[in-house]
Amino acid sequence: MSPIPSEKYVPQSAFMKWMEARLPIWGFLYPTAIAYPTPRNLNYFWTFGGILSFCLVVQIITGIVLAMHYTANVDMAFNSVEHIMRNVNYGWLIRYVHSNGASMFFLAVYIHMFRGLYYGSYKAPREVLWILGVIIFLLMMATAFMGYVLPWGQMSFWGATVIINLVGALPLVGDWITTWLLGGFAVGNPTLNRFFSLHYLLPFMIAGVVILHIWALHVPGNNNPTGVSVKTKQDTLPFHPYITMKDAFALVLFMILFAAFVFYAPNILGHTDNYIKANPLVTPAHIVPEWYLLPFYAILRAVPSKLGGVLLMFGSIGVLFILPWLDTSKVRSGAYRPLFKQFFWIFVVVCLGLGYLGAQPAEGGYVIAARILTTMYFLFFLAVLPLLGLFEKTKPLPNSITESVLGKNGGGGMAGAAASGATAAPESKA
Amino acid sequence: MSATDSTADGAGQEPTRRDFLYVTTGAVAAVGVGAVAWPLIHQMNPDASTKALASVEVDIGAIEPGQSIRVMWRGKPVFIRNRTDEEVEAAKAVPLDDLPDPQTDEERATPDNGNLLIMVGVCTHLGCIPLGEAGEYNGWFCPCHGSHYDTSGRIRKGPAPANLEIPEYTFLTDTTVRIG
Repeated sequence: MSPIPSEKYVPQSAFMKWMEARLPIWGFLYPTAIAYPTPRNLNYFWTFGGILSFCLVVQIITGIVLAMHYTANVDMAFNSVEHIMRNVNYGWLIRYVHSNGASMFFLAVYIHMFRGLYYGSYKAPREVLWILGVIIFLLMMATAFMGYVLPWGQMSFWGATVIINLVGALPLVGDWITTWLLGGFAVGNPTLNRFFSLHYLLPFMIAGVVILHIWALHVPGNNNPTGVSVKTKQDTLPFHPYITMKDAFALVLFMILFAAFVFYAPNILGHTDNYIKANPLVTPAHIVPEWYLLPFYAILRAVPSKLGGVLLMFGSIGVLFILPWLDTSKVRSGAYRPLFKQFFWIFVVVCLGLGYLGAQPAEGGYVIAARILTTMYFLFFLAVLPLLGLFEKTKPLPNSITESVLGKNGGGGMAGAAASGATAAPESKA
Repeated sequence: MSATDSTADGAGQEPTRRDFLYVTTGAVAAVGVGAVAWPLIHQMNPDASTKALASVEVDIGAIEPGQSIRVMWRGKPVFIRNRTDEEVEAAKAVPLDDLPDPQTDEERATPDNGNLLIMVGVCTHLGCIPLGEAGEYNGWFCPCHGSHYDTSGRIRKGPAPANLEIPEYTFLTDTTVRIG
């Protein structure tokens, strides 16, 4: 399974020889980020890793700048955000990039995750890579949630109240932990201060796990749309310039969308109630989280028991940790799995449906629909994926990535040499 | 005692002096780590200034039947409602078997005045503030996730697991109550 080894860096100039003998940083970066062999058939869904790195950098830079003007105090937080919007030079731009940047970050991460799901990127030998991704996703949700509290609007306050009270559902220790997290008996100044501190910390923890994520990616190498492992050097292209250019082009398209939100609809993804200062005596008629958390909120509300709802909501993300072992199919890519493909798209619709229901009031038909979709969500992981691997008749896999790109003749002798089982042969150790 | 010793010296040996030193050193180190960790954990608990606000005194003399007031206590609203006779009768008429969290109306109202109800106005589901004189039981209704409370503040329908909480309180005079 080991991929094609990367080309080594050989220093040419006298200075680089001197440097490499002391700090071989280019000797590390060249094979990792320049010559790194990448499957030649990667499609545009593989550009979202780069896009996500860009999002993290944008959030960190704009966030550090916003922290220079923001005041984490219940009496001043709301006004300091308006101060940023009205008085600080380009404050409106920086804040809109940061707030919309969170949405763009989640848009990209959801595409990235569905890509991994469709092409089986979580399967051996990439389980740890996938699990690190799920950890990043959890950290992202925690960061986004705490960031949303900082402007101290009505949705900030009541969102924080609802989410922290989830912990109270735990038996015995629930109330103690809730008070400990709040630093009081309700959401208040201690809560705001600690959320600001942690909101500043967590992005750097995300950056740390991203490094592990990339490390774990570079051991087995990239998956690809066929799911067939890289077998020869001919299956690959060097990361630079081929992938860097493709990533850059996709990033430009992504930035156009990003800019469209920032400059033409900066508040369309937010909730108007968050422009009302937090009031502990008045709950908004209808509390909704940001759009990217709506599916999980729908699952929480679908259950008529407090503890049950909380467990199911966390379970909906927890199940992703064991996904590599739930999917029993030996074929990685959904492109060669006719039944999986259909269930995958049903699953996408289920997730979107849960997102829609999370924004609706928790009553009548909406609750029933949320229960049905929640059941389908879990059935996909706990029943469909384990069973499909046993019953599904998969399509024949190409012998190699090169063959899938250039056809049997174009692949030349390379493909033939590396081929073992042409038909639905499981992708095993090469 | 330890695996290395038993392989080196053979099984069934008495624990050595060294084993004893390993275990005691480890135990002291564990206590040290705990002693350092606890202040870092405990600093997040409610501080002295938060706890100092833990009780409030309220004048309830001016609340007419059918009126309610809200006071802030520990950062949360407390509902004080002088209920109408019809509301009290409706609450008393409910069989306890119909209640997810069985409590009689007498257990919830103030001891001397059966019409007066003092409770924390925080939904026991996820902490929203319920709306008064609303919901299917004409008591309180939480708009967040649809919990219905009756005129005694008892949960009747929806995801909330318990009745609205009755805080600790004492009557200082007939018209002054201290909550907390």
